Amino acid sequence: MSAAMDTESTYSGYSHYSGHSKKAHRQGRDRHKSPRSKDGSRSEKSVTIQTPPAEPLLGNDASRAEEGQDDNWGETTTAITGTSEHSISQEDIARISKDLEDSVGLDCKRYLGLTVAAVLGLLVFLTPIAFILLPQILWRDDLEPCGTVCEGLFISVAFKLLILLIGTWALFFRQPKADIPRVFVFRALLLVLIFLFVFSYWLFYGVRILDSKDTNYQGIVQYAVSLVDALLFIHYLAIVLLELRQLQPVFTVKVVRSTDGESRYYSLGHLSIQRAALVVLENYYKDFTVYNPALLTASKSRAAKHMAGLKVYNVDGPGNNASGQSRAMIAAAARRRDSSHNELYYEEADHERRVKKRRARLVVAVEEAFTHIKRLQAEEQQKAPGEMMDPREAAQAIFPSMARALQKYLRTTRQQQYHSMESILQHLSFCITNNMTPKAFLERYLNPGPTLQYDRDRWFSKQWTLVSEEAVTSGLQDGVVFVLKCLDFSLVVNVKKIPFIKLSEEFIDPKSHKFVLRLQSETSV
Amino acid sequence: SQYSALFIFFFFQQRIEIHKLRQGDNLILGFSIGGGIDQDPTQNPFSEDKTDKGIYVTRVTEGGPAEVAGLQIGDKIMQVNGWDMTMVTHDQARKRLTKRNEEVVRLLVTRQSLQKAVQQSMMS
Repeated sequence: MSAAMDTESTYSGYSHYSGHSKKAHRQGRDRHKSPRSKDGSRSEKSVTIQTPPAEPLLGNDASRAEEGQDDNWGETTTAITGTSEHSISQEDIARISKDLEDSVGLDCKRYLGLTVAAVLGLLVFLTPIAFILLPQILWRDDLEPCGTVCEGLFISVAFKLLILLIGTWALFFRQPKADIPRVFVFRALLLVLIFLFVFSYWLFYGVRILDSKDTNYQGIVQYAVSLVDALLFIHYLAIVLLELRQLQPVFTVKVVRSTDGESRYYSLGHLSIQRAALVVLENYYKDFTVYNPALLTASKSRAAKHMAGLKVYNVDGPGNNASGQSRAMIAAAARRRDSSHNELYYEEADHERRVKKRRARLVVAVEEAFTHIKRLQAEEQQKAPGEMMDPREAAQAIFPSMARALQKYLRTTRQQQYHSMESILQHLSFCITNNMTPKAFLERYLNPGPTLQYDRDRWFSKQWTLVSEEAVTSGLQDGVVFVLKCLDFSLVVNVKKIPFIKLSEEFIDPKSHKFVLRLQSETSV
Repeated sequence: SQYSALFIFFFFQQRIEIHKLRQGDNLILGFSIGGGIDQDPTQNPFSEDKTDKGIYVTRVTEGGPAEVAGLQIGDKIMQVNGWDMTMVTHDQARKRLTKRNEEVVRLLVTRQSLQKAVQQSMMS
């Protein structure tokens, strides 16, 4: 009897919950109808005009036509509200002009540095050869004959120069992969050191050997050999300073994205702030999920509604106490008993359920679609030549059956901007070619991936600015904070030192593992 | 004073005389014991000090000779017929209680409730 009553009470509670959720679901649907247009954010109070991002002024027709087709490939009718594709906002103008002027300025600086280094390198390489050849050219007849010893030294000079050449090529001849704001301190230091070194050698050579026309040729050749040896040691110094010193991890760096709080940790060695910023950015493109502005609108509208509807009336007479007014507003808003937390909870639960349902439909549709394709073996290929398709055609054949489910899922998770029909078809033919399962095909769409996975136009993050209170060439220290800003968001980087670890040892004799039974028996007497 | 302390010490303990009951071929006392120097003292639920390896009464059968004689569950058996039971193994304790030629066993037991009552009276 009591059990029946129990079930009854829980059942009524359940129906109450489902009724409430239906209401929230309807509310949610009404609220989300407006921002579901093709182009991003609309709040209740302001309208921002946003075009498909980073479209160049002279965009080609193919991409524009594709943008228009975006909404139509899954459903027959869609209403495109708001903007036209041909307008450009203030932000885009700023972005384009910034791109143009920055590329010119930094290229100059980069090429200047490269040419200086190249000239110096060539000079350094030719110096020992010059040291050896100049006496032969200028005062050949006065030189003492120098047989096997000199020839041995010639061979050693030749091989050391070859090793130096290969080492320099391996270490320094690399595509510069980034533009950094200030000069690399260590590289500049090394160039200066090499220059001073070679200059002093030339000075000595010029004064002591050329002017006095020294006849001891073996001494001259040995002088050239010592120069080459010293150059090899400088090369070793370069390896240690530029490559080896920062390999051992000393700092742990926490990177947090300002818009959604996604964070990662990286281990770094002794680096300057700008090089650490480079490492962080290189890892950003592969570790962080892509920045999606469509996901941020919900929290902004919630915050706006929280403070909306409050107005301050000053009854005590004239007097403009602005800070007092705003503080009063904040206090009143905090005390106000609104149910926005309730709304958030039910909205999120509802969204979860919707996403899961759409995901299930999508998975089933894709699995069904993939069963229609069968790979032809080599012998079978000759038997049925008429029906054969290449991967692209096969993809186009099965695409319509899954297109609707896929588009609905992308809409629900707000990823529709990142995948165009063309890219989906390409990915589908890629998966068919490589014998991937439906799950492998869907991996790209079910979860937002790292920024590198998507088309460059969707990145929102190409031009970075390093904001730091300390000089960017100074080294990392414990507690340093710097910010990497791009137009739409920023990455806040916090440096912490890895703690000093005290490790001690304890030896356990394998024979010392002994055990005893502990009983508690009870006997009746 | 010292003499009152000695008196109180003897009152901690109680003497219980159990007459064994004959059941078929066996003489039973009607209770179960636990503990012993070969057992694990930490598993004893009745002891106050968990390193105490003495013999404790873990069960008393209803209406048995032990209950009739006044033995209670949780009692610690200090002596059986003059034999010490505080430093014996479990099996030795069992043997001392179940000697076939003895019809009566005289136990010296101590009880926590007794101890507590006397301690309280000493305090006040």
